[in-house]
Amino acid sequence: MSSDSSPQPRRTGLIVLSWLWVGLPLGYGLYELVRKATQLFTG
Amino acid sequence: MSPPVAPTGWSRWLVPPAALSVHLSIGQAYAWSVFKPALESALDLSGTQSALPFQLAIVMLGLSAAFGGTLVERNGPRWAMTVALVCFSSGFLISALGAATGQYWLIVVGYGFVGGIGLGIGYISPVSTLMKWFPDRPGMATGIAIMGFGGGALIASPWSSQMLESFGTDKSGIALAFLVHGVVYAVFMSLGVLLIRVPRGAAATEADGTPAVPPGVQVSAGSAIRTPQFWCLWVVLCMNVTAGIGILEKAAPMITDFFQDSSTPVSAAAAAGFVALLSAANMAGRIGWSSTSDLIGRKNIYRVYLGVGALMYLLISQFGDSSKPLFVVCALVVLSFYGGGFATIPAYLKDLFGTYQVGAIHGRLLTAWSTAGVLGPLIVNWIADHQESAGKDGASLYGLSFMIMIGLLVVGFVANELVRPVHARHHVDPATEKEAADVK
Repeated sequence: MSSDSSPQPRRTGLIVLSWLWVGLPLGYGLYELVRKATQLFTG
Repeated sequence: MSPPVAPTGWSRWLVPPAALSVHLSIGQAYAWSVFKPALESALDLSGTQSALPFQLAIVMLGLSAAFGGTLVERNGPRWAMTVALVCFSSGFLISALGAATGQYWLIVVGYGFVGGIGLGIGYISPVSTLMKWFPDRPGMATGIAIMGFGGGALIASPWSSQMLESFGTDKSGIALAFLVHGVVYAVFMSLGVLLIRVPRGAAATEADGTPAVPPGVQVSAGSAIRTPQFWCLWVVLCMNVTAGIGILEKAAPMITDFFQDSSTPVSAAAAAGFVALLSAANMAGRIGWSSTSDLIGRKNIYRVYLGVGALMYLLISQFGDSSKPLFVVCALVVLSFYGGGFATIPAYLKDLFGTYQVGAIHGRLLTAWSTAGVLGPLIVNWIADHQESAGKDGASLYGLSFMIMIGLLVVGFVANELVRPVHARHHVDPATEKEAADVK
């Protein structure tokens, strides 16, 4: 963690990592949802 | 615990994943039904008994959000997320012990009582922080988090099912599944605890740790519940949620009944697909409509939810059985408004009462959700049963329910029209607040 006087870090890696942390499980949930929802048109 | 202040250069885009890690976890509550059949066979329970942990959890959600909101405001989001993590995860661990020893009351207390506290505190934990980070787009910010609550069930439902398939549905299999849930959710939610920060300006506190009053119109939680605006929004949320539950509660039998006499009746698999599609609309509405409210205003978006929602119900009741696409589209729109109504309410509260104690006010307003959670299923199931015993079938089973839903939405529409800016006598006077803090 930086102090106020140091150059401001962009923290791009942390942003990407944190969004992947929540995005991957959500993607899995959405994939399963789409699989089930298509049954409305094929079932 | 003092609120964690963001260091210079801390990106605000780190805050939504922190909020999502909590909401995606606690949203598991809506996937409780996955455990019901296994519990019923392993512990010899009735359907009513196996629903108890979920019902108690939802009651505790409302109570802990209502009564814990002030503590959340005082101690900050990291404290709240830590409490949510400990309670939600412990709830599963206690339940694992209950399943392993065959003591069902431990599952009710663990998941329902302890876990339910985690649900309530976790639900409101990131709301006011998100709005402080995104003052330009509060609707979008809270929409992301509250969308996560909808998404939590999408993840947990297939995940829990697969776990029970692998571990077995006997006592030890269920216990192991609960144990894994407790551990994984604790790890997953820890991201939120570690990442959450309050913006620098918003972190100013009085000597006793009470947050300082921010500039602009601000109303304390104690004053807010004495304003007509709070109760108008309470009615708006309650009516909007009840209307959504009107479809959610009976979605699968409803679409089957509507088209049972048509040339293309709906199969059980297709009905399950319809339910899944409704979940998608619910989730999309949370982020989509809530973000739209930043552009067109909160009052206008609730006019759409309640007014167009009533129109959708009218279309379903009059023409729904003649066209499957019409029925599906109208139901999807109603469910997107249901989700949107949940996600937009924190920003509406912020517009009226400011960010000073918006988390605590939001917590108190969630009692409307608990009320609707009882009211909605009660109306729909009671009427459908009554109509069936009166010899009705098909779409006519639901005609009266839909008319009642339209009536409720109109009541909500009127309540929304009655919302006016809060009178100045309810505003917080920073000088008085500071004096009060000094006296303490």
